[in-house]
Amino acid sequence: MSPDLAPNATLYALVGAALVGLGLYGLVARRHPLRRLVGFNVMGSGLFIVFGATGTAPGLAPDPVPQALIITGIVVAFSATALITALAGRYAALTGRAGLPEETPPPDGDAAGRPEAS
Amino acid sequence: MNGLLPVLIIATSLVPALVTFFLAKDQTGWRNGLNLGGAVLKIALVGFMLAEVGAGTLHETRFLLAPGLALVLRVDALALLFVTLSAALWLLTTIYAIAYFDGTRDLSRFFGFFSLCVAATTGIAFSGTLVTFFVFYELLTLSTWPLVVHKGDAASLSAGRRYLAYTMPGSAALLAAIVWLESAVGPIAFAQPAALEAVDETTLRLVFALFVVGIGVKAALVPLHGWLPAAMAAPAPVSALLHAVAVVKAGAFGLARVVHDVYGIERVAALGLATPLAFVAALTILYGSARALQQVDIKRRLAFSTVSQVSYIVLGVALAGPLATIGGLVHLVHQGLMKVTLFFCAGAFAERAHIHRVDELAGIGPRMPWTASAFSIGALGMIGVPPIAGFVSKWYLGIGALQAGQPWVVGVLVASSLLNASYFLPLLYRMWFLPAPETLPARGPDTRALERPLGLIAPPVATALAALAVGLLAASPISPLAWTTLIVEREYAP
Amino acid sequence: MTEPLDTAALAAALAVALPLAGALAALVLGRRAGDVIVVTGPAMALVAAALIAGIVETGPARIAVGGFAPPLGIALVADGLAATFVATTLAVMAAALAIARGGLVARLRETRRGYAFVALAHLAWGALNAVFLSGDLFNLYVALELLGLAAIALVALEGKPETLAAAIRYAWFALTGSLLYLAGAILLYSEAGTLDIALTATRATESATMLVAGALMTAGLCAKTALFPLHAWLPPAHAGAPAPASAILSALVPKASFVVLARLWLEALPAIATPALGPLLGGLGAAAILYGSVLALRQERLKLLVAYSTIAQIGYLFLLFPLAGGALGTQPWAAGAWSGAMLHGVSHALAKAAMFLAAGLVLARLGHDRIAGLSGLARAMPMTAFALGLAAVTLMGLPPSGGFIAKYLLLVAAFASGQGAWALVMLGGGLLAALYLFPVLGRLLAKEDPEKTEPAGPPPSAAREAIPLLLAALAVALGFASVWPTALLAIGRPGAAVEGLE
Repeated sequence: MSPDLAPNATLYALVGAALVGLGLYGLVARRHPLRRLVGFNVMGSGLFIVFGATGTAPGLAPDPVPQALIITGIVVAFSATALITALAGRYAALTGRAGLPEETPPPDGDAAGRPEAS
Repeated sequence: MNGLLPVLIIATSLVPALVTFFLAKDQTGWRNGLNLGGAVLKIALVGFMLAEVGAGTLHETRFLLAPGLALVLRVDALALLFVTLSAALWLLTTIYAIAYFDGTRDLSRFFGFFSLCVAATTGIAFSGTLVTFFVFYELLTLSTWPLVVHKGDAASLSAGRRYLAYTMPGSAALLAAIVWLESAVGPIAFAQPAALEAVDETTLRLVFALFVVGIGVKAALVPLHGWLPAAMAAPAPVSALLHAVAVVKAGAFGLARVVHDVYGIERVAALGLATPLAFVAALTILYGSARALQQVDIKRRLAFSTVSQVSYIVLGVALAGPLATIGGLVHLVHQGLMKVTLFFCAGAFAERAHIHRVDELAGIGPRMPWTASAFSIGALGMIGVPPIAGFVSKWYLGIGALQAGQPWVVGVLVASSLLNASYFLPLLYRMWFLPAPETLPARGPDTRALERPLGLIAPPVATALAALAVGLLAASPISPLAWTTLIVEREYAP
Repeated sequence: MTEPLDTAALAAALAVALPLAGALAALVLGRRAGDVIVVTGPAMALVAAALIAGIVETGPARIAVGGFAPPLGIALVADGLAATFVATTLAVMAAALAIARGGLVARLRETRRGYAFVALAHLAWGALNAVFLSGDLFNLYVALELLGLAAIALVALEGKPETLAAAIRYAWFALTGSLLYLAGAILLYSEAGTLDIALTATRATESATMLVAGALMTAGLCAKTALFPLHAWLPPAHAGAPAPASAILSALVPKASFVVLARLWLEALPAIATPALGPLLGGLGAAAILYGSVLALRQERLKLLVAYSTIAQIGYLFLLFPLAGGALGTQPWAAGAWSGAMLHGVSHALAKAAMFLAAGLVLARLGHDRIAGLSGLARAMPMTAFALGLAAVTLMGLPPSGGFIAKYLLLVAAFASGQGAWALVMLGGGLLAALYLFPVLGRLLAKEDPEKTEPAGPPPSAAREAIPLLLAALAVALGFASVWPTALLAIGRPGAAVEGLE
């Protein structure tokens, strides 16, 4: 459909794509959990903008499907962000470090001899 | 009734197995009653079936596992030969094992797997298709492994590892062979000749090689035999079961099925595969005997003897001629009776007189006369002394080889018999003619205690007498020889 | 617009709604949350039975949720595949929640984690059923996200630094996977104008955009399924979680994204699957089988070994694509390969859950799960040892078990399609599985160590020991009764191959 996209839509799509690239970089290249989380959200927002752009064509009413889906997607991304923030916060509180060690040794629940009930 | 009977016969071992697993360790009465009861019931059912199959009735049961994949139990004369042997020896081995393990631990586990193993053997015998055969063949591996490692010490665990190191790749080869062939011609039943014309000869040869490798592991063909001497770490009743009834016999029986019921001996010969198989068998016969000669441990000597003796069956199967086939198949029963006797006796020597090595046997004959006599009958039978069972097998194999135009086999038989004599006769000499060391109690009331309990002594005496009887009465219409002749006339007559 | 509300449709809706209600109930009940399974278990059994009965009677059912038909609305599709996995999920969830009731939940009663497990397990349960029953690619995205969030939280349940780290690491893989999937879905919508699977199948035409869309979704789903080489997050996450959570995570969660991938290529986009797809995914699957098995061989702890074995077992699933994917879907052997792969998924789920639950009982009793220290366990905990043995038989693909039937069907397809190399991988994988599982079983049968340490916990009750044994027995029984699951799986099976080699 890209040739039929309205000029605005093309702009949206390009901006969205740029955001996706930026976000992906943050997600992959950064180690700090908050930076990664920001990367995740930037990439998600970029995808939603691209998605929104696909739903507009000149002379037609905007397609409602992408907009409904984007809203659902935002809710999902928000929940994920909240969960990871909580996890990372708890991890930092316990260990005093924010970033994960490069290679964690496998968690050895029994090393301290503490029984783990099932 | 016809469809139900094979299932019932398997159930007589399977149900006791499953129930025994869940018995508490002190429920000895239940455990023994269940296993002995199952064994007796099985013999009765097999006897009934012998009469029916002898009269020409066919029993078949089908059970669909998955679309296009059926479990088929089919009882023909060859199946019944194997089942009769295993049913009779199961009862005796159970009696022996109850006496042998008296008062030890983990018995519910042991007898559970023991009966499961017999159920698997029965299933192998009754298999009507290749897939059914494979299912029970693997069940046999899975149920014998816990028996091999039963003692739980380092030697047993290492024997168990060795056993799996051979049998697991073997089963993969067997599965590959089955699936390869079946993906080309559809499900293969033993009753109908498969349409193998559709498959090119190279594939057929490759698949046959996979079959021989896969099944040859259990039949202990050289060089796939290494697990068998290692498995000697297992308790004596397990050895008896592995060597005489279940595992090696399943291998020999499986090769007979593949040669005669999947390929057909004519096709095997036409593909140029019969003579190589016979060569491998002959090599195994000679190699096993030669290695047996070097062993000082009694059970290891017996183990290498098994390697050698089981290949008589394979040799008979690989020779294209009815008399050789009779000789091979009848050895399935004969070797079982003789070898189970030898292992029962070796176990009794070890348990009661702490004899494990050949040189420790000196003078045991007069002190344990029943056991030593039974051992002697088994050993002489293995050598091929008439009129014990082993002679009948070797006679048929010899004239069968001449009939099939393979005179070299006679040379192999003669050489093997000489080797058999040179590794068994010294044992008999020591037992009967050398003086006993002072560590053995003097003759008199004390020595009588050596041959107790009855459960340890009666089974080898019974099997020794049976080995003698099937040789003496080979010409009678109810002998294994007569039944084997019926099999060959009915199924494999050219 | 609404279709008549038949049994299957009602059951499908309840299969998603009931567990979610259970999750809410667990939050409300707090310390008595463990009892929720007493209600949800039997209720879900009824739902699964009704679902199966419904589709056996009337065939696959499409339910337009809220009365909106696609492309505007979203559809639930109840076919044989969905019903089979809904039933499998029921078995694993009921077992995990039942065993946790007297263990994990009781132990953590004083903290929120105890009922959090019950709530999260029910949340995952509802999400799993939603994945299996969804007929729409965006709906699948939401369900997968819900599942992922529940799964990440389950990993973190113990609250220790290592498990938190494992959970965060898992989260990065899962979220990156989701975004890739979402990007693919957006591209697909821009091309086909729909995200409904059935409509996509009719509208999709081969184009570069479509291929990129498919590739992005595939990459995302592979990361979520822990397909080699995107597997690194799995072992610490699955082994670090409490055992009932591990059972859910290892047995069910990767199956969800795999089912989506299978639906994507076999149902939505069979027309544009390039010939390279099969060898690529199959090759990664084969590598997973070999690599996962070799790593499992080197593990000294039972739970880690079981977790690495999951990586290997996931590999078998991906052999579906070279054997039945793309243009091969219409070949006579494809039906067998499809049934085989899905049956493998079911039997692996049952066996793996049994193994993790059994490992949890061992851990609670001994205070550790070092394989070298398991000597004599067959005498101390015979039922648990037996459960481990039966589960191992299924994982090795030995008869008589569901794993064997699955492997047999896949092997026949491999030989029949002239792709013997996949058969070699499967046979080799079986041998490797024997190589890493039998030493464990040997340890169980070995004599106790002379200097035996005192057990750390009380012996589990017979009822709790029976739960893993039941699951493992079910996996074995599947080998004798594969006729029914394969017949169920065949309802609404993709591809033209209904007859032929199975």
